[in-house]
Amino acid sequence: MFGNIHSIETLGTVDGPGIRYIVFTQGCLLRCQFCHNADTWEIGTGKQMSVSEIIEDLQTYLPFIEASGGGITVSGGEPLLQIPFLTELFKECKKLGIHTTIDSSGGCYSASSHFQQQLAELLKYTDLILLDLKHIDREKHKKLTGLTNDHILEFARFLSDHQVPIWVRHVLVPGTTDSHEDLDRLGKFIGTLNNVSKVEVLPYHKLGVYKWEALGMEYPLQGVEPPSEESVQKAYRLLTAEVVTI
Amino acid sequence: MEQWRGFASGKWQNEIDIRDFILKNFTQYDGEESFLSSATRATDDLWKQVMELTRKERENGGVLDMDTEIVSTITSHGPGYLDKDKETIVGVQTDEPFKRSMQPFGGIRMAKAALESYCYLLNEEVERIFSDFRKTHNQGVFDAYTQEMLLARKAGIITGLPDAYGRGRIIGDYRRVALYGVDFLMAEKKKDHESTSKIMTEDTIRLREEISEQYRALSELKKLAASYGFDISKPASNAREAFQWVYFAYLAAIKEQNGAAMSLGRVSTFLDIFVERDLQEGILTETEAQELVDHFVMKLRLVKFARTPDYNELFSGDPTWVTESIGGMAQDGRALVTKNSFRFLHTLDNLGPAPEPNLTVLWSTKLPENFKKYCAKMSIKTSSIQYENDDIMRPEYGDDYGIACCVSAMRIGKQMQFFGARANLAKALLYAINGGVDEKLKIQVGPKFLPIKSDILEYEEVMERFDHMMEWLAGLYINTLNIIHYMHDKYSYERIEMALHDTEILRTMATGIAGLSVVADSLSAIKHAKVKVIRDENGLAVDFETEGDFPKYGNNDDRVDTIAVELVKTFMKKLRKHPTYRGSMHTMSILTITSNVVYGKKTGNTPDGRRAGEPFAPGANPMHGRDTKGTLASLSSVAKLPYEYALDGISNTFSIVPKALGKEEDGRTKILVAILDGYAAKTGHHLNVNVFNRETLMNAMEHPEEYPQLTIRVSGYAVNFIKLTREQQLDVINRTFHETM
Repeated sequence: MFGNIHSIETLGTVDGPGIRYIVFTQGCLLRCQFCHNADTWEIGTGKQMSVSEIIEDLQTYLPFIEASGGGITVSGGEPLLQIPFLTELFKECKKLGIHTTIDSSGGCYSASSHFQQQLAELLKYTDLILLDLKHIDREKHKKLTGLTNDHILEFARFLSDHQVPIWVRHVLVPGTTDSHEDLDRLGKFIGTLNNVSKVEVLPYHKLGVYKWEALGMEYPLQGVEPPSEESVQKAYRLLTAEVVTI
Repeated sequence: MEQWRGFASGKWQNEIDIRDFILKNFTQYDGEESFLSSATRATDDLWKQVMELTRKERENGGVLDMDTEIVSTITSHGPGYLDKDKETIVGVQTDEPFKRSMQPFGGIRMAKAALESYCYLLNEEVERIFSDFRKTHNQGVFDAYTQEMLLARKAGIITGLPDAYGRGRIIGDYRRVALYGVDFLMAEKKKDHESTSKIMTEDTIRLREEISEQYRALSELKKLAASYGFDISKPASNAREAFQWVYFAYLAAIKEQNGAAMSLGRVSTFLDIFVERDLQEGILTETEAQELVDHFVMKLRLVKFARTPDYNELFSGDPTWVTESIGGMAQDGRALVTKNSFRFLHTLDNLGPAPEPNLTVLWSTKLPENFKKYCAKMSIKTSSIQYENDDIMRPEYGDDYGIACCVSAMRIGKQMQFFGARANLAKALLYAINGGVDEKLKIQVGPKFLPIKSDILEYEEVMERFDHMMEWLAGLYINTLNIIHYMHDKYSYERIEMALHDTEILRTMATGIAGLSVVADSLSAIKHAKVKVIRDENGLAVDFETEGDFPKYGNNDDRVDTIAVELVKTFMKKLRKHPTYRGSMHTMSILTITSNVVYGKKTGNTPDGRRAGEPFAPGANPMHGRDTKGTLASLSSVAKLPYEYALDGISNTFSIVPKALGKEEDGRTKILVAILDGYAAKTGHHLNVNVFNRETLMNAMEHPEEYPQLTIRVSGYAVNFIKLTREQQLDVINRTFHETM
């Protein structure tokens, strides 16, 4: 079983508990204006890597991973575009007792029975999902990412119903995702979920801008500055106002 | 004996056995750092004085004062103080702090040049004595060098040799003075002198002369202490005396020798035994205990030598390697971690961060968790601590070894090394291609083998020639070192340091290699890609063109990492074929200190794509910018290098921004502990841990080669700082610090 992989990072420290071995998958449906991995958008490219190749590599890092209470995180791109690959990978990880995490925006979630079957199988081997909720407002979500958020919110609901632990993450972009009203609404939505173990506000940053330039694309958030620590804290308060973490 | 009151008895009472004393008496501490005391008023005042002198020294061009008249010996100078009323530990190298001593025994020319480079003039009489009447180490070496050695030295295929300066890397067991007093040590040496073989071979004669010198040095050590008003003929009777006795012994060593690395050993847990006794007897408080440690460490920070600009180019930043080894495990499974282990690290808070003393934590996965966390916390805060893997050193060196210089482990008082700088393997590879002709000097330096004639380099052919060239280099290298150390013993013998060793000791011939990652990547390019040779008008290979990608060392990729591993084994085996001076045991380090820059300067274009003059990666580090799979992949490559073939140490410098260790401080400590545990479990040897602040990021912009792994990490995304454009780097600097302000 092969996956389309963008790259591997061996010392991930923010995408899940402990030290994370991070597999960045290639391909995404969303086109978020603040994306810092625009080079992972194109579907079907990247490097073909087999499950065994990744597992073999991953095993060499077990001393670090075990000492830190860490594991593997598959990020992207959108990992859920490659569910069969992901399932095989996580199955092997669980044989080795490795904690598994998916960093997803839920961008390709669907109610089709085919997708549902695949997802159910994958979730058997998944310990944690980092779920990016980019915007609560349907239209603004579409403007920000190119797609509406219907299926993303459905995905969140689905995970809640199936008691799959999640970390909710929200990128705070001044002028785009930081209005009081939207944050309040998003907080209320998060409050309806019963599988949230952590909420994180990720301050918008410009470290990925050079990638847009390298890809010959115009950067849509030209002139937007990172948010202040104060507004990050305020957003955190709004997003967690009603949350009951597990 | 009154001075030994309260100590558990053992064989240490009848013969010199510091290890036995420690194991019978130390109190392991598993708790947190909450017991630590902050600096006293006196400490603050003294440190202000030191900082003021430091400022003056900097403004004066790097040196505040130098002795031009008095040749430094153990007893050469009267007492000197910072502030006699406030210091609890006394003693400076000359008659005042920051005045650098004159040490001509290594070489009068070096001593003179050191003075002149700061506009001081050497006393003419001293110059005459050491030129006309008293030969120095340096002269001796050059009397014996062969043409081939001179040429190899000039070309820089062997370089950094201690042939004009003190070799250092010898650790006297300074603790012996505190536990036994000097009289007992002298009596023991006298016995040894009486019991040597009666058959007067050269070895016996030399040994008898050396023991006499040692005996005399011990008696001078007593005089040194007496000049400060102390009688150290008997053991120390309390903690303050114990610190002071140890320091006098160390001070005698640095007054007599300006070796490149003048390391301290492993004193903190030993001294803790005295502190614990005083605390229990109620004659010392925790605040006073910390003050002793602070003042002791302050003295170690004042150690200075007169150096030349040439020397500074090799070892930049005025280093002295007053290395103190902290922690580690005992063979019986206890951790040799005491409250003093914490107190020594706590000086980084009380006196602020500093490069000296070179605080070295002997890391074991089995160390108490609280101590691990405290080390990591202080590392993140100060970037001042290095780590060495006790779990792989203990089986080789037991549990009373210390680190000399950076990575050289040795049993304290039982083992010394002949420091051998390093051979340039990258240049050796170019010699293999060019038939021994130096690519920079364009003259025959190595043996005149047939050069490679083909346009495309064939791996098998290159390896065969490289093997021959390494064979030659290994022989020349060992023979060169034999001359150097013969002469050093003869003309600049470390009397006091050796007096604080057993009379029968193990000696190692500590060779080293530079350019490991350059050679590994070059060979990988030749093997996995297509490397075309570009020759000048004389047919000399001066550049290479590489087509196609190739695996690079530092990505945890066995296709190239095994090349590096084999290289280490091969060169070590070749070294072993050559007999060494005084039957010393061959060892090797993969360590460059800061000389990777000089070696790079002296080496032409290499097949890995490195341009002529570009620095090598330091030590065993991967070349900067070539490791693309993150920190752990890089660490994993280095951890594969076999310690048993590089017993003098494998140095790895690891640099990271705080954010790459995680978002919150607590989490960062935990991650760093896990990195250190993981690296130890993977049998990595040494790790220099740098966690950078803004100043260092800005420095990294100017000197990217020093920061190969500086990573900026935000959620789900990582970027290698030095790969960003200058503008982006500025952006990161502004942003990163905007957020933390």
